[in-house]
Amino acid sequence: MAEAIAHAKHAEAHGHHGPSGILKYVWSTDHKIIAMQYMFTGMLMAVIGGLMAYVFRMQLAFPGISVPGFGVVSPGEYNSLVTNHGSIMIFWVAMPVLIAAFGNFLIPLMIGADDMVFPRINRLSFQVFFVSAVLILASLFVEGGGFGGAWTAYPPLSANAEYNLTALGSTLWLVAVALEFVAFLLGGINFIVTLMNSRAPGMKAYDIPIVCWFIVIAAILFMLSVGPLIAGAVMLLFDQTLGTGFYDPTRGGDPVLWQHLFWFFGHPEVYVVMLPAFGIVVEIIATFARKKLFGYKLVLYTAVITGVLSFFVWAHHQFVAGIDPRMANIFTVTTLMISVPVAELCFVIIATLYGGSITLSTPMLWALAFMAEFLIGGVTGIFLGASGADIYFHDTYFVLAHFHYTFFPIAIIGTFAGITYWFPKMFGKMMNETLGKIHFWGTVIPFNVIFIPLFVLGAAGQHRRIYNYQHFPDLAGPEFQRLRIIATVALLVMLVFQLVFFANFFLSLRRKEKAPRNPWRANTLEWTTESPPPHGNWPPDEMPEVYRGPYEYSFPGRDDDYWPQNEPA
Amino acid sequence: MIERLVVQASSFAGDIDGLIILVAVLVGFWFLIAEGALLALVFAFRAKPGQKAEYLTGKEEHVKRWISFPHGLVLICDVFIIVASVQVWYNVKQRLPEADYVIRVIGQQWAWTFQHPGADGVLDTTDDIRTVDDLHVEVDRTYHFQLESRDVLHSFSVPVFRLKQDAVPGRRITGWFRPTRIGRHDVQCAEICGFGHGVMAARIAIEDASEHAAWIAANTPAQAP
Repeated sequence: MAEAIAHAKHAEAHGHHGPSGILKYVWSTDHKIIAMQYMFTGMLMAVIGGLMAYVFRMQLAFPGISVPGFGVVSPGEYNSLVTNHGSIMIFWVAMPVLIAAFGNFLIPLMIGADDMVFPRINRLSFQVFFVSAVLILASLFVEGGGFGGAWTAYPPLSANAEYNLTALGSTLWLVAVALEFVAFLLGGINFIVTLMNSRAPGMKAYDIPIVCWFIVIAAILFMLSVGPLIAGAVMLLFDQTLGTGFYDPTRGGDPVLWQHLFWFFGHPEVYVVMLPAFGIVVEIIATFARKKLFGYKLVLYTAVITGVLSFFVWAHHQFVAGIDPRMANIFTVTTLMISVPVAELCFVIIATLYGGSITLSTPMLWALAFMAEFLIGGVTGIFLGASGADIYFHDTYFVLAHFHYTFFPIAIIGTFAGITYWFPKMFGKMMNETLGKIHFWGTVIPFNVIFIPLFVLGAAGQHRRIYNYQHFPDLAGPEFQRLRIIATVALLVMLVFQLVFFANFFLSLRRKEKAPRNPWRANTLEWTTESPPPHGNWPPDEMPEVYRGPYEYSFPGRDDDYWPQNEPA
Repeated sequence: MIERLVVQASSFAGDIDGLIILVAVLVGFWFLIAEGALLALVFAFRAKPGQKAEYLTGKEEHVKRWISFPHGLVLICDVFIIVASVQVWYNVKQRLPEADYVIRVIGQQWAWTFQHPGADGVLDTTDDIRTVDDLHVEVDRTYHFQLESRDVLHSFSVPVFRLKQDAVPGRRITGWFRPTRIGRHDVQCAEICGFGHGVMAARIAIEDASEHAAWIAANTPAQAP
């Protein structure tokens, strides 16, 4: 009976009567195609978010100029640009690419399953996500302009049109964010259930590749943290549209309530996007160092502990927000404690290099750069977790530079690491290494030149979300303006170098020669099938079985320095 | 470190800068070790022809030490930072020293209104001086500020004091500062508050006793007795 159901499910999931032609890429339930839908939507949104950064950085470096391709930036437009840059980069770039695209592509392939457990929920997840992306873009063009109250959307500013002057824009922004959460709840359920139930025969909990674990832990963190925020968002929507007073102090509400609900989600969210990137980096470093991961269980448990602790640190975003000052002491302790597992995770990954045989291919360069840059983001976070120092640094460019040193490695460097590593499997072609390395250096060097000056500006007291610092005599000096210009020029250089990536991407797709099944001589299961994998991932009679963990590189006594998980002993 | 970019003009600015230096030294140490190890390992273990990587599980005692020892040390560094941070925080935000004067700071879209106590030194009397975007205080006097907002969140930020506090509508939040150095500096709004957030700029004048008295005399409202 169970077998018959499984068979029926299989036939159904593989929909041989499904749509054909171009429509098969739109209505597909194949996890690989849904992954590509998320990937390309995320990349398009990344370009839009990057161009927004171009516009507001031009305004900051050369206040009042007519920005080529945009025009003069008004204060309202400036606020809307920084708000939507942040929202888009987190909700419509980092999450769809790192969790949804890589999660969808990798989880079934790496655990030896033919698809996700709920293929049609998976398709629904992308469709809801797509609607949310259209809504956030539409919100920029409605009457009054896009929402400009920062991606944190603190009320009363976000709740009252008479304060934010963007009645429609702020409501559309809120609905778009809420829909995006729905999409990721649907996707997350799928990841969790698939990892629990669909593993290849023989794959025990500690044989699962770390990246799959990390994406699933991220999905669990997201599910546990997003509830309060959705409740908060509904109250905010009611305040905006029905005139309720949940956040209005004159009617018994409290604006700080939103901050608690937002950051109770917002801080775990950092780890939601951080863990998949770390997972990608772990896979790449083990492969290109030809090394067994240093302490599999240690890596897994540090991630779990980080995830648990991340629910107890949220108010470090609110030290000076009007909370009881005694509360700050508790959150300083928890915030600094979370540095221990995260530091441990970094140590373990660095230690994996010890004794290795390291090849600096393009994916490995990205993975190592992730570690090098993320460390800067990590250590600068300590200044902000220490309540006493945060009084000064809060809401300055120091904070901005800090979180870009975490989010850029996560969302951009981690993504490029993953794309360059799995490109042969995704598209069946190898990428060009020379172009890949030009793109790598052309991204990583300008990235540092953008954000190191912003640390200095933050230390000098430059606060965030100001469209023109010439209004502040202490910040208007030429020595500070020079730093702003350096950052802007570096951003332009970095954006131009992204053309190299797109050139490499599309030229590689058109290459004639096919990529081999396992170009990196890696152990995990996705490399045992064709590149790209067929519908169903493996022929039905060749579904893999698993005999060992994913990181058995350079095992003593073997001729090969790798030992695929599916190879019988 | 910070004082080279922004002068210290309050009694606690030095404490906050000292805490920042302590954190900088401790995390700087870890940063250099981690980046150094990363670079050194990549260089030392680059692929060489005919040489295979070692097989280490991470369970071997001699390699495990390299993780467990730093682990303990990070924890100890954290404790130092927590203790120093809580001390500074207590001093700046939790305790409220006896005030010489009380002023009121009111944020609204998009200006700061300052209510000074006037010649009698008492707030909410007829000789109070109200100004917009222009705060005057006397050096070496302890001030309480009562922070209010008329509409949305604002944040009263005085970088030379190293002081920042959000203004929340519906609440009166009391804090303190003690200026220690004469000069004129920026007061910012550090919480986004709408279209005009970028122009919500005020100035603070820290004056000596005679200068401050002269300013009060010149600005006392006419109807005051």
